[in-house]
Amino acid sequence: MSASNKTPRRRLLAAALMAATGLAQAQDGAGAGTSGKLLLTGGVSQVEGAAGGGLTPWAVIGGYGTRDQIGANAFYTKVNVDDYALDSYGVLVGFYDRVELSVSRQKFDTEAVGGALGLGNGFTFTQDTIGVKVKVAGDAVLEQDSWLPQIAVGAQYKKNDQPGVLAFVGARDDSGVDYYVSATKLYLAQSLLLNGTVRFTKANQFGILGFGGDRNDDYEAQFEASAAYLLSRNLAIGAEYRTKPDNLGIATEDDAWDVFVAWAPYKNVSLTVAYVDLGNIVIRDEQRGVYASLQVGF
Amino acid sequence: MKTLLSISFALLLAAGPLAAQESTVSAEEQALLDEEARLDAEEAAADTAALNDPTAPNPAPAHPELRPVLDEFGGEAGLTALMDTFMAGLVADPRTGPFFANSDQVRVKRQLVEQFCVILGGDCTYTGRDMKSSHRDLQIGRGDFNALVEVLQVAMNQHDVPFSAQNKLLAKLAPMHREIVNR
Repeated sequence: MSASNKTPRRRLLAAALMAATGLAQAQDGAGAGTSGKLLLTGGVSQVEGAAGGGLTPWAVIGGYGTRDQIGANAFYTKVNVDDYALDSYGVLVGFYDRVELSVSRQKFDTEAVGGALGLGNGFTFTQDTIGVKVKVAGDAVLEQDSWLPQIAVGAQYKKNDQPGVLAFVGARDDSGVDYYVSATKLYLAQSLLLNGTVRFTKANQFGILGFGGDRNDDYEAQFEASAAYLLSRNLAIGAEYRTKPDNLGIATEDDAWDVFVAWAPYKNVSLTVAYVDLGNIVIRDEQRGVYASLQVGF
Repeated sequence: MKTLLSISFALLLAAGPLAAQESTVSAEEQALLDEEARLDAEEAAADTAALNDPTAPNPAPAHPELRPVLDEFGGEAGLTALMDTFMAGLVADPRTGPFFANSDQVRVKRQLVEQFCVILGGDCTYTGRDMKSSHRDLQIGRGDFNALVEVLQVAMNQHDVPFSAQNKLLAKLAPMHREIVNR
């Protein structure tokens, strides 16, 4: 990757951090405002922009708005594994703790692998994702005397900007829609949050390598799970697992997992750091590394 | 009259060593104390009996298994100290202040101690009303409810209540949003 490529990215991160600090201070001075949800109960932003863990959407509606409020988040996530880098950033709006709309962009930098494949060093796939999520039942946080989790259904429309390369690797489409249902429950007496998600998808590597393939072009159910243990009001640790399809003949695709720490120094700012394993990606095995995500709420 | 006498007697007994030295707790003072206690009890009884909503669930269900959690709160004395901090926080917070500014804060604090104490398996009696009728005259949204929980969390942190113990109590309080949130 060239130096000129890195500079604007650093600037963006610096700007995001500065915005976060400024907001945090303003927030401190003004009291907690109208943001009605409890700390960290809105989750963080998962890689495709929905509220959830790092890899997995949860049934919670993002933002701190309660059922008579609107909340919003912006996030910037950086994933740096051995041979690739992924940047994801976006915004979401939660309406009345019922509907969540999100828009995000994923930029997947192939670094030196791009050169090895003849695409050029630092060849980057860019994917835009538009997400919608609707809460259909339950309340993950307050209904502590009920077994019913909070349940939401969602969809993520993804559009990749490299149809030519995707066709070459065997992908059938440069766009696709994932459909999912999530169930999330906070077991408060145990300080434990559990989430399970079933996703119907054709996406290869989250959509970075397109949708469908020479091996399989049908929707498949994939399973995602998150567990988070609350250490204090503003600190949680946890782990996630996400299965993925394996549609392309040119390379196997593995499941992904991570272990994370999420910290909310202020109500409207959260920082998530994770160790993530994305498995094999094209010609490189065991893609592991650091996931860092900053989220700022409004 | 018999009750009054026996209460006076018990008070004298409790104050034993002191009373022996100053045997001059005047009958008048004693009568005043007794009258005060009687009025308190009457007020509490009136609260619970006359104003309760028969459809509301028990506001203070006892959980004997949570007795160790009560110990982590420092027992009834710990709860009493906690409630001073909690109420100060509620009054100071712009989100919750308006709900408590004109309330009888001493009584609310006492009843919160009783309520939490009973829920956590303590030997206390809750003298307040059910959660539905006691919040009927207030316009409480879910954000307001959550704001109160946050203020309580901050107060519990200030009193070094372990986080896991905090959550065991909050798990019992959280479902009360169904009676408390009314807008």
